Amino acid sequence: MSVEVKNDRDLIKTADKAVDMYHAKKEELIPILMKVNQDLGYIPKVVMAHISSRLNIPQSHINSVASFYHMFFTKQTGRHVIKMCESAPCHVSGGREVFNTLKENLGISPGETTKDDKWTFITTSCLGVCAVAPVMMVDEDIYGNLTPEQIPDILAKYE
Amino acid sequence: MAYFRSHILVCNDPECLEKGSMEILDLLKKEITKQGLEDEVQVLDTPRIGACAQGPEIMVYPEGHHYIQLEKNNIPFLVEEQFLKGRPVTKWFAPEIPEGAQELREPTTKEVRVVLRNCGKIDPENIEEYIAEDGYQALAQVLTDSNPDEVIQIVKDSGLRGRGGAGFPTGVKWGFTHDAIGDQKYVVCNADEGDPGAFMNRAVLEGDPHSVVEGMIIAAYAIGASQGYIYCRAEYPIAVKTVKIAINQAKNYGLIGEKIFGSEFSFDLEVRQGAGAFVCGEETALIASIEGRRGEPRPRPPFPAVSGLFGKPTNINNVESYANIPQIILRGPEWFAGMGTEKSKGTKTFALAGDVNKTGLIEVPFGITLREIIFDIGGGIKNGRKYKAIQTGGPMGGCLPEQYLDLPVDYEKLTEAGSIMGSGGMVVMDDETCMVDIARFFLEFIQDESCGKCVPCRVGTKRMLEILTRICNGEGKDGDIELLENLCMEIREDSLCGLGKGAPNPVVSTLRFFRDEYEAHIYNKECPAKVCRALINYEIDPEKCVGCTLCARNCPVEAISGERKETHVIDPDICIRCGICKQVCNYEAVLVT
Repeated sequence: MSVEVKNDRDLIKTADKAVDMYHAKKEELIPILMKVNQDLGYIPKVVMAHISSRLNIPQSHINSVASFYHMFFTKQTGRHVIKMCESAPCHVSGGREVFNTLKENLGISPGETTKDDKWTFITTSCLGVCAVAPVMMVDEDIYGNLTPEQIPDILAKYE
Repeated sequence: MAYFRSHILVCNDPECLEKGSMEILDLLKKEITKQGLEDEVQVLDTPRIGACAQGPEIMVYPEGHHYIQLEKNNIPFLVEEQFLKGRPVTKWFAPEIPEGAQELREPTTKEVRVVLRNCGKIDPENIEEYIAEDGYQALAQVLTDSNPDEVIQIVKDSGLRGRGGAGFPTGVKWGFTHDAIGDQKYVVCNADEGDPGAFMNRAVLEGDPHSVVEGMIIAAYAIGASQGYIYCRAEYPIAVKTVKIAINQAKNYGLIGEKIFGSEFSFDLEVRQGAGAFVCGEETALIASIEGRRGEPRPRPPFPAVSGLFGKPTNINNVESYANIPQIILRGPEWFAGMGTEKSKGTKTFALAGDVNKTGLIEVPFGITLREIIFDIGGGIKNGRKYKAIQTGGPMGGCLPEQYLDLPVDYEKLTEAGSIMGSGGMVVMDDETCMVDIARFFLEFIQDESCGKCVPCRVGTKRMLEILTRICNGEGKDGDIELLENLCMEIREDSLCGLGKGAPNPVVSTLRFFRDEYEAHIYNKECPAKVCRALINYEIDPEKCVGCTLCARNCPVEAISGERKETHVIDPDICIRCGICKQVCNYEAVLVT
């Protein structure tokens, strides 16, 4: 996830790239937002405003869609995003202990970003790899069969 | 198709990728070429081999040799021995009863693989391998020999019921959509498998995507649709990629496009991704999502069959429902109806997760008992612990205790028992599980995923969660149970969609079978299973502690004090009940009271 600060012109360029990839139609809104989210790590307000004018739909609609789906971030995230699966199979397989250890190690609760902007910690629902529960994702990397002892080592891998 | 005498399948699941499976694949290719075997031995990557805890792993066919925990320096020796000299290196084989988790094992005698028949066996990115397994023959048959009404009748006769959870007769649904009036019709595949613990659809999409594609084309022909969408959750990026490849290949072969197999029938198919919303598994919310809107369900009627995507007649079915269709056509509806129970025909995939020895995917005919699933196929409870309950049907399902172990699994029986079939997730729980915590846990999930549109679900589940959280924190009050029961009834009756209506199920079923645990939490401030952090204490047994200091060194909050070789003590005011001390102690000296 990139955290470099971009100016508004670059943000709008990113928005245009996404809209042009999928065409400026209302039903393409979600793929467009997904592309922006992937490129910028989140969906800034200025991007929403630009998409609104290109697709000719109210900005409130864009905001309501962007804020509805869990995978869209409307605020800037840390350099790395940790998604801990909080669903039942992970929970009963030792996920609770791993979750508590993560909280302690990071010093933040789910939904928060560390003060040094390194980590954003969120919980996510089932990732569908329940055979290796408990599971967490750090950016695009999936870690399965987690134990609390592994947490410091895994976190240390990331700059 | 080039014919190779041997295939090596290298697992590319995330867990194996992380362990360097692609480097192993490259090395294998290099060594095979070095030995001059590149025209005889094919190296492919594939998902779904299985022993995820022991990657990198490969399967060698046709022998079926399963190598695990391979290292880079193993490869030259392995290639020389196995492929040049014909001597498998047995010391690197997976043990007969593998430890750890596998997603898809060799089927036991109680299993019947229909939907999963090709998974792990064919290269999902090669349409020719699907064709070699009778792929697209059903479509050819249907387009040349049958009219749409006949196809619908075949599906009706098979008794296939929607595998997404509602269990509505698929043939009847196709009939409604066929009869509906519209200048444009759609077929949609619900691949938004969000039930925690369910990954059956993912296995099919990643391992045998053409079975779904073929099923959809046949459905489109039957109902008169010219356009289809596969709505796949974004949490499954490999599935999305594999399905897109399959669709492209099908297009290249003329199986999707204009005038398929020279008939008058044309059809196009696209993939749409979700964006992380469990509720989009509900059909009207899914439709809203494809239309670029918030995934909020709407009241029905009108049903999607009459007015669905973009207001047109739409047939929505689950991945597994479509994946059954080609086999039903080829082998006949009587074959399918010959399996299962009176009202639940055919087979069902289930994902076994939780405290069972062999987690992973199974496919069994309806009518098999829970006991057979958990103990015969699942290998019983992990670590020799005792069985407590099984949650079937995902977060809107119920928990069934010991007295239901001999329940034959079918739609009606599960509903009678207070649970549901759902999409097929089965979470097994042992005696270290707190059922109040589990109910709270599922409710937290539901609260998070509630779309917010209707008050009973949005507010009702929040209130229930508040009560359950208080109970788990030792702040339960007299009257809480009655209040919960009241709320459950209201929410069930008045919610707009299946998510809300099913939200009370975990609470209702745990109250029904484990009421004593609720009462212990509320009246005795005790958690019998020793799970709820506010109600337990971690203590060190002075008889067993040898003062090795391991626990103190590992405690994240420095709550443990003690000198070397002297009994250690945990300060209950600092202790956060994370359980690390108990995990690291080699003397079983940490007690939970």
